[in-house]
Amino acid sequence: MTYHSWGRFPPVTQQRYYPVRSQVDPVDWESIAGTVLPYGLGRSYGDSCLNEGGTLLLTTPLDHYLLFDAEQGILRCEAGVSLAEILEQIVPHGWFLPVTPGTKFVTLGGAIANDVHGKNHHRAGTFGRYVRQLELLRSDGSRWVCSPEHHPALFRATIGGLGLTGLILWAEITLKPIYSPQIEMESIKFRHLDEFFDLSAESDRDFEYTVAWVDCLSSGNSLGRGIFMRGNHSHEPAPLITRQKPKLRMPGNAPNMLLNPITIKAFNFVYYHKQRQRVKPKTTHYEPFFFPLDAVNQWNRIYGKRGFLQYQFVVPDDDPQVITGIFKRVAASGQGSFLAVLKTFGDVPPAGMMSFPQQGITLALDFPIRRNLFDLLDQIDDIIRAHHGAVYPAKDARMSATNFQAFYPQWEDFATHIDPKFSSSFWRRVTK
Amino acid sequence: MRKMLIIGATSDIAQATVRLWAKAGDSLVLVARNPEKLNILQADLKARGAPVVETITADLNDFDRHEAIIQTAITKLGELDGVLVAHGILPDQKQCENDYSACEAVFRTNFLSVVSLLTPLANYFEAKRQGVIAVISSVAGDRGRRVNYIYGASKGGLNTYLEGLRYRLAPAGVTVLTIKPGFVDTAMTAHRKPKGFLFAAPETVAKDIDRAIRTKKGTLYTPWFWWWILLVVRHTPEFILKKINV
Repeated sequence: MTYHSWGRFPPVTQQRYYPVRSQVDPVDWESIAGTVLPYGLGRSYGDSCLNEGGTLLLTTPLDHYLLFDAEQGILRCEAGVSLAEILEQIVPHGWFLPVTPGTKFVTLGGAIANDVHGKNHHRAGTFGRYVRQLELLRSDGSRWVCSPEHHPALFRATIGGLGLTGLILWAEITLKPIYSPQIEMESIKFRHLDEFFDLSAESDRDFEYTVAWVDCLSSGNSLGRGIFMRGNHSHEPAPLITRQKPKLRMPGNAPNMLLNPITIKAFNFVYYHKQRQRVKPKTTHYEPFFFPLDAVNQWNRIYGKRGFLQYQFVVPDDDPQVITGIFKRVAASGQGSFLAVLKTFGDVPPAGMMSFPQQGITLALDFPIRRNLFDLLDQIDDIIRAHHGAVYPAKDARMSATNFQAFYPQWEDFATHIDPKFSSSFWRRVTK
Repeated sequence: MRKMLIIGATSDIAQATVRLWAKAGDSLVLVARNPEKLNILQADLKARGAPVVETITADLNDFDRHEAIIQTAITKLGELDGVLVAHGILPDQKQCENDYSACEAVFRTNFLSVVSLLTPLANYFEAKRQGVIAVISSVAGDRGRRVNYIYGASKGGLNTYLEGLRYRLAPAGVTVLTIKPGFVDTAMTAHRKPKGFLFAAPETVAKDIDRAIRTKKGTLYTPWFWWWILLVVRHTPEFILKKINV
């Protein structure tokens, strides 16, 4: 069994595995030569969850709840518990995750180490803001219970710290109350990016969750057309039920050429036009609203054996032309993105030292690995750098060390908190 | 809402099973050696919905304490509706072939300690005329194999003991379930690499155990395909087993 990242790129050749079976005597450090990196459910897209030539500490056996206060909405559990399991546990008691990323198949430790965000970033900020405390195991055997009050520097370095500051054994988070598992949502078509910016500004006031899908292959007048989705938790009390496991599964790798410019263009065309009316209101369970792709097990295999890159960046929103310019460049390159997701980040201060989100516009694109893709992304990196934005490490497999260090000038301060035995393929690549 | 005793509760299969019972609202007493692991499991089961979770720290190789452990468990919950016995060791066969004391340790832990624990428990449930005794054994007990016959013998003895106990307790309405898992991906088999397609998750085995207990089954092969594998294995002639290295 080989542990990959979600994009199945880069391929891994030399990696060893060490399951962390319990918080009690978790790791026999003497027995492990070389560096280690915690690995949960492997949903990081690029190489931030890989440790070529070293060892992965497998954290999913750390799956115990330690405390669930259903009155106050506080949950403490071990770092290998997935957000899917947490939802199963808390939703029936009328609680929800304070921040919900695009998949529930990530571990609590992974959500913290990448300081994940969701459709409510404009209001709630990142996941790390709801971490009350966590326990970190360092390779010298010491254990540190960190919180905003205790060891705050190590706490802030661990949130968004890409698993490099030590092994998170458990964490305690604050939950948010709900009265129903339903989301009252609206899908609104927009014809170009200007309309997106108007919709976004208008919606961020009244809607807790906002996100947009963009057809990034259309050009000319319809450049940047798409569908804006906004929603709130329903206040109508309803039975607090979670939904069952996915029914579909990718049986194997699709042919590498399944997603080509023609099929991607066709998909995007159909997706845009299947909604007839401009505004479509709907009440839906939270599951399809937050986790549409979780309905297909191993959907990453649709990109074929070569794998794919996900590319997500943020730029300040003072100049909408930056986003338009990037869209034009992607459209001109012919490198189609199957899914393009656009969202406005709010001004909530980042929870971690290395957190990715900052106030501005974020765009996420998926690309099958093809020739000239890396050149295109290097060019976009330069634009983002010129506009003081950043690229998301959790999804990266290719940004240059120079650009990373420009996006995260605090990286050298952060490095002082790294455990000397911890490293990752990503970290070695961007700090060389 | 049953009252269940789980012996060897921190083993992977026991944990996965008892989580189902916590969710169903059963009250639980857990027995295991490591108090820290017990505390973690106790917190986990409470969070999952068990109304009462009591713990007893004990080394089950200390047979003199067994009666007291059972009495304490009964006292803590008031009464018992069933027991799951889940402790056991998987020894190094080569070491056993050269060292009798290693063999004896296997028989003590896997077989004799269960007999010692079930002696008072069987009498308790027989007098109560109700209850279930479920014990995790192994498919390895069905047949002697050159690669693991010491482990196999400890489980084979256990299987025969449980079969007889099942017949003795049947008139009293007490069920005795012999659980025979195949390969399960647990700490016990952590040294075995790679894990082939025959390896099952503890959660899969746990669901089978839970169902077998509720349907008052006598013997459970889990996952199901081991019933077919062992059907073939039990009928394989000795002259073949002498020739192939399994």
